[in-house]
Amino acid sequence: MKIIVAVKQVPVRDSVIHIDSSGKWLEEQDLSFEINEPDAYALEAALLLKEKHSGEVVVLCAGPERAGQTIREALAKGADRAIHIQSDDLVKLDTLGVARLLAAVIAAEKADLILTGLQSDDLGLGQTGVVMAELLGIPHATIVMELEKRENSIRVKRELEDGWFQWVEMPLPALLTIQSGISKLRYATLMGIKKAKTKEVRRLDAAQFAAPAAPTVSLDRVYLPHKKKETRIIGGTPSEAAAKLADVLKFEVRVL
Amino acid sequence: MTGVLVVLEYRVQDGRPAWNRISWEALAAGQELAAHIGQPLLAAAAGESPAAPAAELARKKLARVYAVEHPLLQLYTADGVTLALEQLISSIQPAYVVFPHTYQVRDFAPGLAARFEQTLIADVVGIHADGAQPVFVRQLLQGKLNADYRHSGDGPCFVSTQAGAFRPETVESGSCEVEVFRPQLDASKIRSVPFERFRMAEQTVDLTSAPLIVSVGRGIKEKDNLPIVEELARAMGAELAASRPICDNGWLPMERQVGSSGQSVSPKVYIAVGISGAIQHLVGMKGSKAVVAINKDENAPIFEVADYGIVGDLFEVVPALTAAVRKVKGA
Repeated sequence: MKIIVAVKQVPVRDSVIHIDSSGKWLEEQDLSFEINEPDAYALEAALLLKEKHSGEVVVLCAGPERAGQTIREALAKGADRAIHIQSDDLVKLDTLGVARLLAAVIAAEKADLILTGLQSDDLGLGQTGVVMAELLGIPHATIVMELEKRENSIRVKRELEDGWFQWVEMPLPALLTIQSGISKLRYATLMGIKKAKTKEVRRLDAAQFAAPAAPTVSLDRVYLPHKKKETRIIGGTPSEAAAKLADVLKFEVRVL
Repeated sequence: MTGVLVVLEYRVQDGRPAWNRISWEALAAGQELAAHIGQPLLAAAAGESPAAPAAELARKKLARVYAVEHPLLQLYTADGVTLALEQLISSIQPAYVVFPHTYQVRDFAPGLAARFEQTLIADVVGIHADGAQPVFVRQLLQGKLNADYRHSGDGPCFVSTQAGAFRPETVESGSCEVEVFRPQLDASKIRSVPFERFRMAEQTVDLTSAPLIVSVGRGIKEKDNLPIVEELARAMGAELAASRPICDNGWLPMERQVGSSGQSVSPKVYIAVGISGAIQHLVGMKGSKAVVAINKDENAPIFEVADYGIVGDLFEVVPALTAAVRKVKGA
C-alpha cells in the first residue's frame, strides 16, 4: 500500500520566543525547529503499516528550506522518498491555501492512505488533514489511536471526549489524523541515516502551483497573553520556597 | 448574509438528549458576537429527532431555532452532518457560523468550511469588536502566544470556541420559534460506518471528587523519578494525577489523566509539577479552587492559571515541599 505522510516543521516545544518586527510572527533566527510531534506519530503509524503490509511511505512537507532537515530525519527513520513544497511565506496563506498545495501533490500521487498529525504544535488549528480530505473527495477520521487495514478499507479507533472511544470503518483511499503518543517512536539508526542520503527528495516550488485564492482568514498580530490571574511567585531557595508554600497551603488555602 | 448561527451539539444518552456542555459556551460566544455586529442570533441542533433539544433552545433569547432532522443523523458521521449543515447554511445564509470546539466539531467543521471556500477560525478564546468588524483571539504555541484573527470577503465566517472560554450563564432567556429543517441525505453519500461508542474500562480512580490533587507532567523526565511526586501526594493526602504525555508513556494509568481527553477536576488545590500547561491540560483543571505551579520555565502557560508559583527545579523543590508539608502537618 502507498502511504503519504504530511508533516510540518514547527519551533521546538520549549523555545524561548520573541515576536518579530512585523508583529505577526516570531523572530525565526532565535528558534530551533523539529517535526511537529503528532506528525511524528503519523509517520510512525505509516512505517508500522508498511512493515506489516509492505508498500511505500512518502513524506510530504510544505515549508522553507530549513524543513529539509525534518524531511531527512523522516527518511532516516525509514520513509522511502519525500516531496518538499518549498515556500518562504506559507504564513501568508490560510489553512485552505496550504491544504490546496498539499492536496494537489497528493492527488497526483494516487496513494491508498494519507496520514498526518491531528494538529500542529505552533498554530494548533487542527484542520489541515480534514480540509485535505474534503479537497481530495475522500473519507477521513480524526484523532485516531489505532488502525487496522482490511481488504479495501480501514478500521480505526477514534478518541472521543472524557475517556470514550469509537471504531469507524471507511473505504480506501482515506485520510486519517493521528493522535500523539499512540505508539513508541523509533529512532533513526546509523544505517538509516546513511541510506537517507541516497533517497529521493523531490523539490517543488510553491510558486509553480496555481496562484492561491486570497485568504479569507488572516492573522493580524501576535502578542504575549495578558495574565488573567495574579500569580504569587514564592521566591527563595528551594527549601525556603517550599516552607513558605506549605504555610500558604495550611493557613491561606487551608488544606493541610 | 446576515445573522449569527450557533450549531449546538447533543447526543442521545439513555434515551434522553445530553448536551455537550461547551455548546452553551458557544451560544454565549454567539450572543456576544451578534451583539457586537447588531445581527440576529440563530441556533441549530441536528439529529434523528431533535425536537426536545430544539424546544430547550427555544426558551433562550434567539431569533429562531432550527431543528435539523433526518434518520441518517442518528449516529454521527462527518459526511452526514457536513451535508445536513451545508444545506442549512446555504438555505439561511448566516454571516457567521459558531461551533463549540468539541472532538466532533474538529472532525467535520474544517471540511464544512472548506466546502464554502472558507477556513475555520478554530479554538477561539475571545472576541473583540473593532468597529463593526469582529477580531477573534486564538492561542498559538500551546498557549504561549495569543493571536488576533480577522475574516474578510463574503461567505460565512466559521468559528469554533474553546472549552471554558465563554460564560454559559450569560445566555439570556426568552422565547422563539422552532423551524424544522429536513435536509436531503442519501445513505450512499455516507462513506464511513460508525460503531458503538465505548469506554476502555470502568474508571476506578475518580479524580473529579478529589479535594487535593498533585499532578505531574513532562518535567519529571523519567518514570524512575515519579516517587518524588508520589511522596508529596502521600504527605498531603492527595490523589496523584498527570498530564497526557505521562499516561501516553504508560508511566501512570490513563485513568489518572487530567485534560480534555481525560478527567475534568475541580479540587480545593491542584499542584501542577513540571506541567507546562498546554490548552488540552488546562481545560481539565481550570475549575480548581487554587492552583499551585512548580516549573522551571517562568513563561510556562501554567502560570497563567496559577494562584501560587515556584519557579525552580522540581527535583529540588518537590522533596523540600514534601518535608515542609510533613512538618506543618505534624505541628
